[in-house]
Amino acid sequence: MTRRQKETLIKNTFFLFAIISLLILFLIVLFLFREGLPIFKEVTLRDFLFGNEWYPTYQPPSYGIWPLIVGSLIVTFFSSLIAVPIGVMSAVYISEVAPEALKEILKSIIELLAGLPSVVLGFFGMVVLAPWLQETFDLPTGLNIVNASLILALMAVPTISSISEDALYAVPKEFKEASYALGATKYETIIRVIIPSAFSGMTTSVILGMARAIGETMVVLMVAGGAAAIPESLFDSVRPMPASIAAEMGEAPFGSGHYHALFATGIVLFFMTLIFNLIADYVSHKFREEGSGTL
Amino acid sequence: MKWRYFKQSFFFALVTLSAGLLLLSLGGLLTHVFLNGFRAITWDFLTLPPMDSMTKGGILPAILGTLYLTLGALAVALPLGIVSAIYLTEYARQGKIVRIIRIGVNCLAGVPSVVFGLFGLGFFVVFLGFGSCILSGALTLGILILPTIIGATEEALKAVPQTFREASLALGVSKWLTIWKVVLPLALPGILTGSILGIGRAAGETAPIMFTAAAFYTAKLPASIFDEVMALPYHIYVLATAGTFIDETRPLQYGTVLVLVGLVLGIDLFAIVIRSVMRKKKRW
Repeated sequence: MTRRQKETLIKNTFFLFAIISLLILFLIVLFLFREGLPIFKEVTLRDFLFGNEWYPTYQPPSYGIWPLIVGSLIVTFFSSLIAVPIGVMSAVYISEVAPEALKEILKSIIELLAGLPSVVLGFFGMVVLAPWLQETFDLPTGLNIVNASLILALMAVPTISSISEDALYAVPKEFKEASYALGATKYETIIRVIIPSAFSGMTTSVILGMARAIGETMVVLMVAGGAAAIPESLFDSVRPMPASIAAEMGEAPFGSGHYHALFATGIVLFFMTLIFNLIADYVSHKFREEGSGTL
Repeated sequence: MKWRYFKQSFFFALVTLSAGLLLLSLGGLLTHVFLNGFRAITWDFLTLPPMDSMTKGGILPAILGTLYLTLGALAVALPLGIVSAIYLTEYARQGKIVRIIRIGVNCLAGVPSVVFGLFGLGFFVVFLGFGSCILSGALTLGILILPTIIGATEEALKAVPQTFREASLALGVSKWLTIWKVVLPLALPGILTGSILGIGRAAGETAPIMFTAAAFYTAKLPASIFDEVMALPYHIYVLATAGTFIDETRPLQYGTVLVLVGLVLGIDLFAIVIRSVMRKKKRW
């Protein structure tokens, strides 16, 4: 084999591997549809998505996942309400305010926080947060929207914080210096110059944080309470989509309507997170700062 | 004038507080788990299987199960991920196909872990007929950490200065040898860090193995890759939610949590230390 042939062979082999990675994504979609679509022989898409009754084991069964969708959206919304300010502000602290020596330590701590297994956080929510909520607010159960949102926030904060920090760090130094030269204080510089320049990166971080919260399974499975109904208060239990899938897949007989309905729920979940990720990808490419020449 | 500085102090206090809150939550959580868990950790706890319907005994099968699943995931994801990343950064002309592959990998990174579980169930367990076993679980986890490894490898390869490649190519060295002898050795620490973080993630995931590998309880230790296994994260979930003696087994639960947290954070910390040491050594 000549040298050129060998080089071409290596290149093509590598290309094959890269394509396999893409193929896996394709296979995931394919198999979700293969196992999920049969449910639409039993129920229309409209009734599936917007039906209010999730009674998959009743006779006759009822496959409406609207309460599950609402559950997912509610816990994601409230966890973002907590995680976004904390994530963004801690990123500002690390990037702009913290002393040099503290920066690396804080970044490592955020990385460790991101690495905590979700089942551990769920466990914490169950044995510590739930009894506390139950006693403090005199509730029938501490497993509810508030609990799930707090724990999910803890999972989303590291994502938001670390990506926001990268965005803030990437703002050219000249911007800061120009602002100081005009007599602005550090606070004014951060609010009026640095954050606006890093805005697209910070938006991306928030979207990715929310995507993480909506797809997170163990936390909502363990602490959201599991009631498949539209909640009326913040202390009600909910059953977000991932919780429903994880809790019921073990019992759903293979090939049954229930089994297909859970895969179809997976399709909905997949596309929701896909949309979040595509928006994040679009925002980070579209509004990317390219050096000090462009603003 | 004073108002401006007051606003600044207030703002700084606020951002410091939120960073402090993060510190506090990690610290508080770890302290709580440690204080409640360390008494459960005995030699027997680490080396015996569960006994008396999981109210006594240890967690050896779960520790081994997590070990097998994680190593298996690594065996799948490492070669596939590193080679894909080398193609994307070193070979591919930055055109449409590469853009599509990259978006694909990004999307793969954002897929919820429970969806990986569904895919593993539909593809490995049912379609390929492996059943619920180590092989199915390891393949599912491998796919889950693939984007992490591709991302880390790409970053590491991009960090090697272009001039190094040009110098090697100018001496008449072929492209592949340049990558093998010049680029990869320099990128190795970065690749290593990313892979270790991937191991940490695979060891702690629960949802992907729930329907593909994890067993509620197995009496025997796994003998082949077609056996179901117990795993630490799933064991925690089971003890905390499905047992008949949830309150009595609380110490066992805390002990298992402590072992898992120690394992995962230990792995992550190891990666962080390697990275900071390598950064200091970097000479270009």
